[in-house]
Amino acid sequence: MSAGAGALEAVIGLEVHIQLRTERKLFCGDSTRFGDAPNTNVCPVCLGLPGALPTMNGHAVTLAVRAALAFDCEVHETSVFARKNYFYPDLPKGYQISQFEQPLATTGQFRVRLPDGEKVVRVRRMHMEEDAGKSLHDRVPGGTAVDLNRAGTPLVEMVSEPDLRTPEEARAYLQQVKQILEYLDVSDCNMEEGSLRVDANVSVRPVGSQALGTKTELKNMNSFSGVEKAIAAEVRRQSEIVAGGGRVEHITLLWDDARGEVRPMRSKEESHDYRYFPEPDLPPLVIPVAEIEAARGELPELPHTRRERFGREYALPTYDAEVLTSTRGLADYFEAVARAADDPKQASNWVMGPLLAALKERGIEVGSSVAPAALAELIALVRDATISQNVGKEVLRKMLDSGRSAKEIVEEEGLAQVRDAGQLEGWVDAVLAAHADEVARFRTGEKKLQGFFMGEVMKSSRGKADPGEVARLLARKLAP
Amino acid sequence: MSESPGVREIVGAVGTAGGDPLRFANAALDRARRAESEDTPLHAFLALADSAAMGGGAATGDDLDGGGRSGKGGPKGPPLLAGVPVAVKDNLCAFDFPTTCASRILEGYVSPYEATVVRRLRSAGGVIVGKTNMDEFAMGSSTENSGFGPTRNPRDRSRVPGGSSGGSAAAVAAGIVPCALGSDTGGSVRQPASLCGVVGIKPTYGRVSRYGLVAYASSLDQVGTIGRTVEDAALLLQAIAGHDPRDATSAPLPVPDFLGARGRGVRGLTVGLPREYFAKELDPAVQRLCREALGRLEEAGAVVREVSLPHTKFAVPAYYILAPAEASSNLARFDGVRYGSRAPGADSARAVYEETRTRGFGAEVVRRIMLGTFALSAGYYEAYYGRAQRVRSLVASDFGRVWAEGVDLLFTPTSPTPAFPLGERTDDPVSMYLSDIFTVTANLAGIPGLSLPVGAVDGLPVGGQFLAPMWEEPKMIGAALALESLLEEAR
Repeated sequence: MSAGAGALEAVIGLEVHIQLRTERKLFCGDSTRFGDAPNTNVCPVCLGLPGALPTMNGHAVTLAVRAALAFDCEVHETSVFARKNYFYPDLPKGYQISQFEQPLATTGQFRVRLPDGEKVVRVRRMHMEEDAGKSLHDRVPGGTAVDLNRAGTPLVEMVSEPDLRTPEEARAYLQQVKQILEYLDVSDCNMEEGSLRVDANVSVRPVGSQALGTKTELKNMNSFSGVEKAIAAEVRRQSEIVAGGGRVEHITLLWDDARGEVRPMRSKEESHDYRYFPEPDLPPLVIPVAEIEAARGELPELPHTRRERFGREYALPTYDAEVLTSTRGLADYFEAVARAADDPKQASNWVMGPLLAALKERGIEVGSSVAPAALAELIALVRDATISQNVGKEVLRKMLDSGRSAKEIVEEEGLAQVRDAGQLEGWVDAVLAAHADEVARFRTGEKKLQGFFMGEVMKSSRGKADPGEVARLLARKLAP
Repeated sequence: MSESPGVREIVGAVGTAGGDPLRFANAALDRARRAESEDTPLHAFLALADSAAMGGGAATGDDLDGGGRSGKGGPKGPPLLAGVPVAVKDNLCAFDFPTTCASRILEGYVSPYEATVVRRLRSAGGVIVGKTNMDEFAMGSSTENSGFGPTRNPRDRSRVPGGSSGGSAAAVAAGIVPCALGSDTGGSVRQPASLCGVVGIKPTYGRVSRYGLVAYASSLDQVGTIGRTVEDAALLLQAIAGHDPRDATSAPLPVPDFLGARGRGVRGLTVGLPREYFAKELDPAVQRLCREALGRLEEAGAVVREVSLPHTKFAVPAYYILAPAEASSNLARFDGVRYGSRAPGADSARAVYEETRTRGFGAEVVRRIMLGTFALSAGYYEAYYGRAQRVRSLVASDFGRVWAEGVDLLFTPTSPTPAFPLGERTDDPVSMYLSDIFTVTANLAGIPGLSLPVGAVDGLPVGGQFLAPMWEEPKMIGAALALESLLEEAR
């Protein structure tokens, strides 16, 4: 009679595969460039030719250590590569070189921000491994082609403890992991190109229970929304099984994004005994403590620290700080503008508002937009009322499209604000003369026409008239 | 037909007399062809160069990876191996030849790159005359496990040459070439050298690059050299040794002059006689000849002292866990997907693997893959692989203790018996495995070993083995040179 009696909660752990941003593969000198013609970035080592041996790419280790430190992991002075043996057509050696019993780093933690506060998610381990190649099922009729360009690409696998409870938490975790990785410059995190891949381990249990239910493994999720939807679907599936008195089976499931459902890949009975053992072709990876400490000292400022600092140092609202620190590039850009303009709040307004809007229209990144100093100059022109806010927005677009400076544009196009009384009076008189009806209606009490006159004057001055002066003139001339 | 001259004689002749630098190699090829065309062919070679193709191999001068090609003669003398014909075991990748490891699964495979040792051999002026027969993937002690038929012992063609570098040992013993490359995972250079009556050196693990050596058991494999004399084997080693950035297990150490201890004799040297290697199961003739050799060393001023290496008896079982374990993984790449032979008509990936491997691998290879797969499987890992690793470190610490007691070198028999008849042990893997009983310890410990002839019984050669601490090849080779001349004087 207990079925349905107690509420269930999900227990979720994520395994994130991170492709390191190196020019060369993990164990040989081949390029890691994405999108090259199949089997062009290959050599005896990554093809697994008889007699070929792996050698270590030190840069990959540097990046992996940086990532591990950013998630507060203990980086081990000695870690050991192991062979994970299985047969697959895109696995040239018949084993993948990975780390098993002695990984690079263990016992980290990560504060994930959630709508209702923060949650600490523990990181079980981070280890290095090489990627496999790719099986292409759509190139040869009735056959499978193999592209080994990706074989040997360096990866870090980051395994969380099962500390996540909802699909939304899983998504937030993943998004913030990605954000940090971008800050660290260890990966380009491009999910479409597979440089960030995620598997989820999902189980359900009665709320309050400490024991773990039987978990299933979810693969093939290649977007944030895919992760969230796949986990939600799996939690639903498992909950229905449990509610119906059934038992969840230990299986691997693939997420079918098009159909919005999970389907089984293989049952655990068929799963591999990988027969791990220490890789005899590579000596243990030894990283002196001094090097680990040096790497810790060189860690860039991470998003949460930067967010807090922006709030403190620039007196920005939480929302501004959040948006401006969403990527390292944007945060760097904002800081440069804020310093050059000597007005953080204005810098924030301009970067978050007109600049991001204009970039979005043009589909370009902040790094390839106007120089921070050039934007600061524009902000100064608006602040000292040389031009109006609206003219400023227009000038910014012209800057992006032409590469000219704000001053040049304002000068060449005569966009500076006009405060000359005679000129202003001319514009105002012309507008009032042209709209005698409206003037009459205004005088009989239709006060909202004030805005109409204002607009007309601005229009005829091509935005250059000083709005304050115009308002004063209008008030005087329309007075009964 | 006359035998090949020695390495120094060839280098001297090529360096001074001018003429065709390939004449010694061509003569070696003639001898090789003759040996294969006799009524009972030697079958030392799986592939022979045709003389025209050898030109490409005679390149000299360009220094590769800063490897050790120092040696006598100085920079102005001829390269270390100028014009020297060399036979190369077929598990080393070389241009212009197939690399088959004597396996049907690699029949016709030509490597697109060369092993570091082969490049160094060529840059030292050596000429590769052919690829030698071996036990398939270096698994065996008799060269009867070749996928292409066994090699015969040149001293008695009804007998085995030993293994797995039996082709290389036979080619040298038959006088075809003065020296040859082999590989030694559990004794595969020293044991066939002993059975064929030539000299075999297994250097310290890490002394010689394994890049381009098709792996059998990576943590034990080491390229070794075979020569008719200690000097010839040492000169070949001089040409190939040295750090290789392509092999992460190769040591970044300078290469010493391996013949630097020549003429120093053995006076004052403490030679250990390990009790466990002279057990009563040992063939009495082998025992006698080895003890006589020790007597010569003693007469020449060495101090011979009995020592104990108590874990010796566990070495063979540990070896036959560790080597197959690594082999099961190393041989996974032969799956029919990318190169070598593929079973025709297989209709799924799984069928490609199963049928290719079932057809391509011989019985001994299959046996070791099965053994290794089992030893590594979840649930048995600790009981087998883990325990064997612990034995390995105990074996190594046995040696460490003996060196710490002031012993310079150890002297042991190389093989428990002289060459045995073809077919005698093929149905009894365990008796075959025991052929390596005196040699596997060096591989487990990573130390160097050298086998040299100490006499013969009924015309069958018997070898004795020096073992030395890691990196002490010069001391080991010096003692072997001394013993070699002592035995020659006594003859």
